[in-house]
Amino acid sequence: MLVVVLVSTLTGCHARPLSALDAAGRDAEEIARLFWWMTGAAAIIWVAVISLTMYCARGPRVQNAQRFTPLLIVGGGVALPAVVLTALLALGLPSLPRLVDAPWTGHLSIAVSGEQWWWRVRYLTPAGGDIDLANEIRLPIGERVDVSLTSDNVIHSFWIPAISGKVDMIPGRTTHLSLEPTRTGTFRGTCAEYCGTSHALMAFPVVVLEHDAFDRWLAEQSQPAQAPATSQAARGGELFLENGCGACHTIRGTPAAGVIGPDLTHVGSRMSLAAATLPNEMAHMVNWIAEPERAKPAAHMPAFGMLGAEQLHALAAYLIGLR
Amino acid sequence: MSASPSPGARSSDADPLDNPPPPALRRAQEERLLRAWKIPTGWRYWSAVNNTVVGLWYVALTLVFFLFGGILALAMRLQLAGAGNDFLSADLYSQVFTLHGSVMMFLFAIPIFEAVSIMFLPQMIGARELPFPRLSAFGFWAFAIGGTFLCGSIFFNAAPRGGWFMYPPLTSAYQPDIGADIWLLGFSFIEVAAIAAAVELIVGVLKCRPPGMRLNLVPLYAWYVLVAAFMVLFAFPPLIAGTILLELERAFGWPFFSPAGGGDPLLWQHLFWIFGHPEVYIIFLPSVALVAMIVPTAAQRPIVGYSWVVLSAIGTGFLSFGLWVHHMFTTGLPGITLALFSAASTAVAIPTGVQFFCFLATLLAGQLARSVPMLYVLGGLSTFVIGGLTGVMVAMAPFNFQAHDTFFVVAHLHTVLIGGAVFPLLAGLYYYFPLVNGKLLSDRLGRASFWLVFIGFNVTFMPMHVSGLLGMPRRVFTYPTGLSWETLNLVSTIGAFVLAAASPSSCGMSCDPRVRRLTLHAIPGTPVLSSGCRRCPDSHGASVRFPRSTGAIRCGSSRISFATTTRDGSSFPTPRKAGGRCS
Repeated sequence: MLVVVLVSTLTGCHARPLSALDAAGRDAEEIARLFWWMTGAAAIIWVAVISLTMYCARGPRVQNAQRFTPLLIVGGGVALPAVVLTALLALGLPSLPRLVDAPWTGHLSIAVSGEQWWWRVRYLTPAGGDIDLANEIRLPIGERVDVSLTSDNVIHSFWIPAISGKVDMIPGRTTHLSLEPTRTGTFRGTCAEYCGTSHALMAFPVVVLEHDAFDRWLAEQSQPAQAPATSQAARGGELFLENGCGACHTIRGTPAAGVIGPDLTHVGSRMSLAAATLPNEMAHMVNWIAEPERAKPAAHMPAFGMLGAEQLHALAAYLIGLR
Repeated sequence: MSASPSPGARSSDADPLDNPPPPALRRAQEERLLRAWKIPTGWRYWSAVNNTVVGLWYVALTLVFFLFGGILALAMRLQLAGAGNDFLSADLYSQVFTLHGSVMMFLFAIPIFEAVSIMFLPQMIGARELPFPRLSAFGFWAFAIGGTFLCGSIFFNAAPRGGWFMYPPLTSAYQPDIGADIWLLGFSFIEVAAIAAAVELIVGVLKCRPPGMRLNLVPLYAWYVLVAAFMVLFAFPPLIAGTILLELERAFGWPFFSPAGGGDPLLWQHLFWIFGHPEVYIIFLPSVALVAMIVPTAAQRPIVGYSWVVLSAIGTGFLSFGLWVHHMFTTGLPGITLALFSAASTAVAIPTGVQFFCFLATLLAGQLARSVPMLYVLGGLSTFVIGGLTGVMVAMAPFNFQAHDTFFVVAHLHTVLIGGAVFPLLAGLYYYFPLVNGKLLSDRLGRASFWLVFIGFNVTFMPMHVSGLLGMPRRVFTYPTGLSWETLNLVSTIGAFVLAAASPSSCGMSCDPRVRRLTLHAIPGTPVLSSGCRRCPDSHGASVRFPRSTGAIRCGSSRISFATTTRDGSSFPTPRKAGGRCS
């Protein structure tokens, strides 16, 4: 029964945006292939070893068993692992240079910085303009993108299982990872290194787009914020500045230029709130502003519940409108 | 010292000396000897230093910590049973997983080996005691204080919250509360205890052997203990250095690990894992030692390839100090380093394989007598092989980039540690329990608890391999729906409770009224040995000497032969042969 459950989960077609086996990137494909090879070989070895154990334990007494024992020890204990492991190293290690120090095409690179508990994202375009974003990564298909990883607080680990393996973000160092998506779609990334109380709530959506769609998206994101469309949203914009939100958050095109919290210039266009913790909807935005700790324990953002429902809704309408 | 009596000679144990001392003098000598070995009574009982008493306390306390760690694990499994569960708060969950890891590693897995060795090693090598009884007692009390301090903190909501490897800077600048200090200071006591026991065991094996028992004749258990104790001696100093540096950083702001002041967080990881990887083998080797004692008994023949086993145990010990970087494959180290440590990590499969196949060869050459300990041994071996194979997988750096810090690694490490250490320990518990109170454990309940443990273990940990591959990171207190993790986690939780159900059954093993009692005779003049089985009654109730005694020690005016487990086989009684001959 257990085997049935495991196999059905492994091969089923449920939604698995974080799966390392549903590869959508060149490196993840290669690693998944290596995984299946190793799993197959491991299964064969396990069955062989257990059968041998059963034979040794239950089988009839072998005549002159003593004569075979050195063969068993040297053959099974030394020769077999040496041969199998040499083959495995030859199979698995050649991909290392590309995984670790992949050549960068020089077209697009992204700088991601881990915060407690969200992601600071900066797109460095070839034209030279830097675009500050947060908590969402979009990638063009078929292109190798360099991601430089840093942290100025604790250790995090940047991981998009569908596209590639993980690399840690270590304070005082800059590490690199390169991503080469091979399939469009929406995936998920997450923090893999325990980074404090809300480590579990530090994820991000990853969207792989066709080239022109990606270029369009990036061009939109590089624009300053839209003006509020409704009077409620306009009131929200005023409240945003009055209540000091701008001390932590930047909204390009307004006086808000804080760098402590995530950039909110296009927060309404994102797929989720609070680092893939909540859906990006009005009600969740209101709750998040009022009580961040309820959705994300120990979150550093102060609670603004004292503003009252009307003001909170105005703020949320303003932010959701920042598409 | 006299030469060995000829094997099979049915002479009395207490052959008179050629020139016996006068009876009065002899009585006085005996009294003095008995007084020296007497276990204190009343409240002074707790000042005892005899290895039988201290060893028993030590084993009992580590088992209490094991239960405590298990309860913490159940709390975590309850929390993860469903998506978005709120059984534990995020903060409490961090305390629970940090304590679970720390307790299982430092208060159960390492000390149980030292505890069992303190209890049994002297008997196995025919010594009355370990060389420094007060050091054993000191180590035990240091361990008890450190362990209680660490475990107690959670009841005051002040437990450490950094994970059992406590990576700074999270645990230095970002957790200013007392939790990390409790971890660091509690561990100082535990480190002292571990090193005290290691010194004791090394000197014990090397210096307390009786005449005639050369190093190439000692029971395999003693060899494994020697290797593991040397590993403790070399592996713990980096950890001690690390904990001191981290405490200095926390208490006085000396920036060893904090990059803001010029430190490097990776320094801690190197120090920790230079300890942390050998630690796995410090846990694993003494458990294999128990397997090495049980398999020859069950196969009813001496171990095959004694020298192979010894050399591969030493080889494992050496190799394990050169693998630590595989815990740091994702820290951005250069490719050549990763390749080197990948190869070194897989190489450890060779000495491990040699030991495994030596046991198989022993089974092949012998005739297996079925028994509960052997059930645990075989269950453990089949589980451990899975852990070893997934270990080779995570040792491959490219796959490690995906598996590292996920539930795949959680599954792997539990498979290795439970298959490689807990199953053999349960086998050893069952096998040696008659030495504690002369009673066998219940066969019926033993079998039942084995199947509960085996099924519960597999149902708990096999799904974790899959949930890890589906992207579930370690140390998450909650997870959202829509990632296909719900069923897997629910199955794991159910398995964990099946596994937990084995513990009452295990505890009940000693209470089954149907078990037979072994009558163990105390040896005159050596009360300290009275809990060790030296002689068993034969079917007529008369005492017989073990056939494979290899020497004799002088005690009072009597020459007392002792029986030991040597490379020729095990001489402790197998439970299934209770009441019959011992061999």
